Amino acid sequence: MRCAVIVFPGSNCDYDLYKAANYIEGIQAEYVWYTSKSLDGFDAILVPGGFSYGDALRAGALAARAPILKALQRAADSGTRVLGICNGFQILTECGLLPGALHRNSGLRFICRTVNLEVSNTATPFTSGYVGRTSTHVRLEIAHGEGNYTCDSDTLHKLEDNGQIVFRYSGDNPNGSVANIAGITNEAGNVLGMMPHPERAMADWMGSSDGRILFESMRD
Amino acid sequence: MLKGIVTVSLKQDVLDPQGQAVLHSLQTLGFPEAQNVRIGKSIEVWLEESDSQKAESRLKEMCEALLVNSVIEDYSFEIVED
Repeated sequence: MRCAVIVFPGSNCDYDLYKAANYIEGIQAEYVWYTSKSLDGFDAILVPGGFSYGDALRAGALAARAPILKALQRAADSGTRVLGICNGFQILTECGLLPGALHRNSGLRFICRTVNLEVSNTATPFTSGYVGRTSTHVRLEIAHGEGNYTCDSDTLHKLEDNGQIVFRYSGDNPNGSVANIAGITNEAGNVLGMMPHPERAMADWMGSSDGRILFESMRD
Repeated sequence: MLKGIVTVSLKQDVLDPQGQAVLHSLQTLGFPEAQNVRIGKSIEVWLEESDSQKAESRLKEMCEALLVNSVIEDYSFEIVED
């Protein structure tokens, strides 16, 4: 499986994501610069975390209008798997591939810690590997100031009815997101945006290997 | 030259944690009459355009294309001579 890792000016989890994806047998990750016009030949596209364009105007707003986005939209429309993590999630909502918006954490502070998550839908290309675990609770790290997912009530109902809510904060909600949302897919299920960082949980020595399952699911 | 002044505010039903923090500080400073605070932003755009109607319609396009996220924000604008 060939994975593109899109690099924007200000991305800072691109190297982690590149390393994490290449860590999985059967995945070859490559960097693609944000000015590129094509994502042809890639089986999956990864949009990394960071502070693209320094969060100018709104987090993800300018990256969502960068040249590569047309190719990303085309790939997503044709069913290619797209994973946006943290700032990548913000970019996917800003460009309209995912509904809703991410705004300031309710407690105003930047939060960097490990959280417990519930996998609310294991029937997605990103979470199928979490089936059969004794518990679908996973531990992943978050690191964001604007992860407070919000949407109107109609959108929330649609997300719930379609099983698009894939990850929810379990127990303590760190950022005030509606319905404890930590990650959602588009209606077709091939685009996932999530605030937690699976690329930071690839092996036990990193504190958790729960993120690895997500990349393995995506590959399979 | 014309200048567009766009005022962006959070939609009324979107919680404004920054506004709440500022409200709390105002009350602590001895302004108990302050009952609510909402924080928005002002964006000025200078336009190479002399026709204010054209400027208005282009500015509206800019708001919808980039300046405003209609999921959580509302906006209004005015066009002035500069």
